[in-house]
Amino acid sequence: MVEDRSAVARLFNGVNKVLLIVITLLCILPVWYTLVISLSDRAAVAGGDVFFWPQGLTFNSYATIIEDGQFFKSFFISVERVVLGAIIAFFVVLLMAYPLSKTAKEFKPRNILMWLLIFCMLFSGGLVPWYMTMKSLGMINNIWGLVLGGGLPVFNVILVMNFFRNLPKEMEESALIDGAGPWRILFGIFLPLSTPVMATILVFTIVGHWNEFFQALVLMTKNENYPLQSYIRQVTIVLNPAKIDAESAKRLATMSNQTLNAAKIFISMLPLLMIYPFFQKYFVKGITLGSVKG
Amino acid sequence: MSEAFLNIIFLMLLPGLIWLALYNLLPMYGVLMAFKDFNPGLGLFKSEWIGLDNFEYMFQLDDSKVIFKNTIVIALFKMLGNLIVPFVFALMLNEVKNRLFTRSVQTIVYLPHFLSWVIIAGIMLDIFSYSGPINQVLSLFGAEPMLFFANPTLFPWMVVFSDIWKEFGFAAIIFFAALTSINPEMYEAAAIDGASQFKRLTRITLPSILPVAVLLGTLSLGNILNAGFDQIFNLYNPTVYSTGDIIDTWVYRAGLIDMQYGLATAVGLLKSVVGLVLISVSYTLAYRFANYRIF
Repeated sequence: MVEDRSAVARLFNGVNKVLLIVITLLCILPVWYTLVISLSDRAAVAGGDVFFWPQGLTFNSYATIIEDGQFFKSFFISVERVVLGAIIAFFVVLLMAYPLSKTAKEFKPRNILMWLLIFCMLFSGGLVPWYMTMKSLGMINNIWGLVLGGGLPVFNVILVMNFFRNLPKEMEESALIDGAGPWRILFGIFLPLSTPVMATILVFTIVGHWNEFFQALVLMTKNENYPLQSYIRQVTIVLNPAKIDAESAKRLATMSNQTLNAAKIFISMLPLLMIYPFFQKYFVKGITLGSVKG
Repeated sequence: MSEAFLNIIFLMLLPGLIWLALYNLLPMYGVLMAFKDFNPGLGLFKSEWIGLDNFEYMFQLDDSKVIFKNTIVIALFKMLGNLIVPFVFALMLNEVKNRLFTRSVQTIVYLPHFLSWVIIAGIMLDIFSYSGPINQVLSLFGAEPMLFFANPTLFPWMVVFSDIWKEFGFAAIIFFAALTSINPEMYEAAAIDGASQFKRLTRITLPSILPVAVLLGTLSLGNILNAGFDQIFNLYNPTVYSTGDIIDTWVYRAGLIDMQYGLATAVGLLKSVVGLVLISVSYTLAYRFANYRIF
């Protein structure tokens, strides 16, 4: 690219860069602030002395969490949910996308099924009917309610199906001539070629299950069955002093354990922060895979 | 395709179809609750039909006007902000030619999208709390401490801005993709003809990605009734119901807390139907004018 070296252009580029750095800092500072609070002394935090650097560096909050049985219980419920949810979504979506990638000529019910899927993606019965159904299916206080309760991930099916349709037709045709059946074609030819799209839907599924808190709030009647996000919500948001009037806010602020809550928030972010660098390249690809170019 | 082949691929569809039937379709049968005087003892089937009574009652409630208005106002400002901010941000970053710089900025600004609203709300409530850093900074300028999330005037703005903060980086990805598909030869030719950096921005870059912005704007029309349940549910409280309560949060309280099943189902159904119509319209527009389709 040809660089514009005029004075105006240089001034513009300088200001532009500074603005971008400020914007970027705004995105990361809240996360940093949480880490700083979690590592600071309780009294210093309550006194409002902590900003960008820990005051009275201490790991007390983290030590307290290690003894908190419910935190770990919820952590492992979340892990279980993510693992089950990701495995099931991976295979169900894969198996569904292959037949639907056929044309309506090859596989007659294809178009009707597609419209059914689209309808289910865009329309839902709403919260109350969903809750009633989950209750009658025995999903209350049941991990499967969290794994399956969101319904079939239709959007992911469409994403993978579109990817299959863009693969060269000749590969499948020659495999058919050689006598390969559908299982062989799907798992021997299509799946190995689909790493980008399958990785993308895995990333979205994992993040979605890890972050979901509301279904558990509705389906789990006992706090001990809460996954991590619902538990964090219980301790940091339901009892948050910022939501009440000024007087009780002051009173509660001295009582609530801000450093401990910050530590809990930080640990619940940690798994995502750790895998984030590895999955970044997949979601960038995935978001542009979404549509068919007409 | 042979008969055997078709049987096997039908078998492949089965797990997904069962999932769809039980967890997507079965709840839809429950919308009948909106037209019945639902009695949990009798069950949905035996409960008495009451026609549109629930809907009539809904339109008489003062609440419903407030929640529809709040939903549309918040959703509209979010739609605008989440279109304009990522667009401008992508253009700004595109002007920087240092790869390490752009990659680092992108990595960091995508991050908030992947954090849940529980986490972000927890952090926001801390930062904007009575004795939190924002109020401390404001007090340096002599301002009285404010309760940002307990103030009905400020609350909708806090919701809109925190949503833009969380999503703008991720939303910019699609613009980055559009920017990289611009042919670099156009820039070189323009530079040789003496076009300044600014001219190249307004004459090449802008016209190339404006259609993407228009397309995204059209597609987002379907979200006019989605003001963001997860976010507001974690940030709001009774003092800001007048400006912050939206359809989804109201339906949750009416349906699952106060157990007004029929009424809550009716409001939810109205929202779903209007949403379906709006999405269909926006997809049709996108297909007509931009040849965009999802399958």
